[in-house]
Amino acid sequence: MDAMSKAQTDKPGSPIGEYQSAMAPGVTPEWRERFEGRVFAPLAHTSWRYWAWIGFLVVVVGWGLFAYIHQLRDGLIVTGMRDRISWGMYIMTFVFIIGISHAGTLLSAILRVFKARWQLSITRMAELITVVALMVGGLFPLIDLGRPDRLLNLFSEGRWQSPLLWDVFAVITYLCGSTIYLYLPLIPDFARCRDRLGPQSSNLRRKFFTVAAAGWQGTPKQKKALDRAMSVIMIIIIPVAVSVHTVISWIFAMTLRAPFNSTVFGAYFVAGAIFSGVAAIIILMSVLRKVLHLEEYITVTQYRALGFVLAAMAMVMIYFNLSEYVTTGYKLEAGMPFHFQDLMTGYLAPMFWFYIIGGLIVPVLIIANPWTRNTRGIITAAVLVLIAMFIERYLIVVGGFRVPLMTYSARPYAPSWAELSIFAGAVGLFSLIISVFVKVFPVVSVWEVVEHRGPEAQQESPEAVRKVPAAVPAGFFVPGHGEGGE
Amino acid sequence: MEGHYAPQPMEWIQVYEPELSGGGTQFVPTPCQHCQNAPCLAVCPVGATFSTPEGVVLIDQDRCIGCRLCLAACPYDRRFFNWGTPPQPEQALSMHYTPEHQTPAKRGTVMKCDLCPDMARAGRLPYCAQACPNKAIYYGDLEEGLASNGATVVDIYRFLSDNSGYQLKPELGTEPRVFYIPGHGEAVGRTPETPGTKPVVWPWNPVATGSETWTR
Repeated sequence: MDAMSKAQTDKPGSPIGEYQSAMAPGVTPEWRERFEGRVFAPLAHTSWRYWAWIGFLVVVVGWGLFAYIHQLRDGLIVTGMRDRISWGMYIMTFVFIIGISHAGTLLSAILRVFKARWQLSITRMAELITVVALMVGGLFPLIDLGRPDRLLNLFSEGRWQSPLLWDVFAVITYLCGSTIYLYLPLIPDFARCRDRLGPQSSNLRRKFFTVAAAGWQGTPKQKKALDRAMSVIMIIIIPVAVSVHTVISWIFAMTLRAPFNSTVFGAYFVAGAIFSGVAAIIILMSVLRKVLHLEEYITVTQYRALGFVLAAMAMVMIYFNLSEYVTTGYKLEAGMPFHFQDLMTGYLAPMFWFYIIGGLIVPVLIIANPWTRNTRGIITAAVLVLIAMFIERYLIVVGGFRVPLMTYSARPYAPSWAELSIFAGAVGLFSLIISVFVKVFPVVSVWEVVEHRGPEAQQESPEAVRKVPAAVPAGFFVPGHGEGGE
Repeated sequence: MEGHYAPQPMEWIQVYEPELSGGGTQFVPTPCQHCQNAPCLAVCPVGATFSTPEGVVLIDQDRCIGCRLCLAACPYDRRFFNWGTPPQPEQALSMHYTPEHQTPAKRGTVMKCDLCPDMARAGRLPYCAQACPNKAIYYGDLEEGLASNGATVVDIYRFLSDNSGYQLKPELGTEPRVFYIPGHGEAVGRTPETPGTKPVVWPWNPVATGSETWTR
């Protein structure tokens, strides 16, 4: 109760939050009230649809868990992997999901370093993807182990010479760093939640926000400390992110297999990671925008900007594919004739051409064309890219392992029901953790938008947007305390 | 033969049959190459693959975590994973496990040819050299410079240079300790035009427990 009574007795000008400081142009008390109400709404109100969705996800995760228990009991024989295709769905999924985690780093760190402002309303979602992707993706090397009971050997007997150890430490470092980076910009928002909690809120919620806000009052000293901490971590997180996908590429590139014998593999993986990460953030922000009615704050401006980033990354990927395939295809060293035939006209050709055309060329065309450069077109491009990037991981793993090392015929690979179920369970787990977090903290960085961005100028249909009903049920949140807001 | 009870479908010495440039085929029996610069040993995250002072590359199946990075790393396709519960006969299950013998096989771990270091210590040739009916396999010590096929003893380096000995994929720099003498088996009446290796059988399989096999 004390936080609320304190908030109510605060006079204008007292250090109740960072909101006393400069605000972005166009921020009026009414706009801010509407914005905060909209963003805080999921914290206060939960519909039956939410619980149905959670129930569905729990079933999906449970199904994946059942498949994993089945695998624990019978061994990896339940998968489609065998000696000659000794990695499959699990390692592809690992590479793919960890790749998606680069969304957060690109959007929040790289763009923040360059002081871009358009992305402020989606940085929180991007950072959320990063943390959740690392939590889920990091499970896959463990799922892939033949002897998960000996996992701790990695620490007690670990050899730093092994690329697998590099992966373990890179992923753990990145997870820690990005968790800090998710949390830091949350502090002022937690404080805002704490200060705005109404009398109907539970004590647990009050306690959580009080602890999470870490005593934030928005004093100049605190602001300076937060600013410096964020500056440090956003610089550090960039090389960490690059290192993660580089060493993931090295578990392939450190082997003596012709298709992996590439010096650009690290850079190619990092570019692919950012590419799929951008596609993932477009899809997640579209879902959350629709479900949480954030249309007024995430607009076509964000879509277009992300669309341009996506198209730019697609062109980087086209460049990498050219430099990879033209150089190795020109020389055709041992093993490569098989690999090229396999990719371009053989067993993997349908996937390869979908990846090149559907995943790289078509998205660029969609975004380059002003007629299709709208939210719907950009979402379509993002979905294509996400599917194509999973296929690209498939081509790298299966395509690389299919090249015969001795005079035997290449083996086919198809994921078994257990691998597919565990993959589905992972997608479910990813959605489940995001869905839970949506109820724990605001999915938009409220204070950053208020201070540095303000209302979006370009609205698709302002009337429709404003018609969305008042969001926060009275009693959970008291009115805000901006200048003249009371 | 009944030394390791290698689970089906593991052929620790698979006989590949590449075609010759002039037509016909050649047999290339391929055990683990026991490389001096072994890629499998370098990538093992837990040191389950190790090299003995004598230079034999072994696997400790009590330490292996089953990540299969070594299967990806081996350029000779000479590593085998126990995808399911390996089919093992009663005799194998009651044997005392050491990395030098790898019996009994353990699910979720990697196996391969171990060059029978325990046999060498007992002063005997490895099982493969003992069993080869044509005495085509020589076993010896590269430092000492002598090798034997059970019938004769040869000076390794002289023998290799006299017969144009070669290694598999020398360009990779793995420096295999397995050498080949080119030929088509003329000494035992084979010609390059006589193709076909005999299918491998695992004679203990009918009496093995958990006889769940898989294809490579």
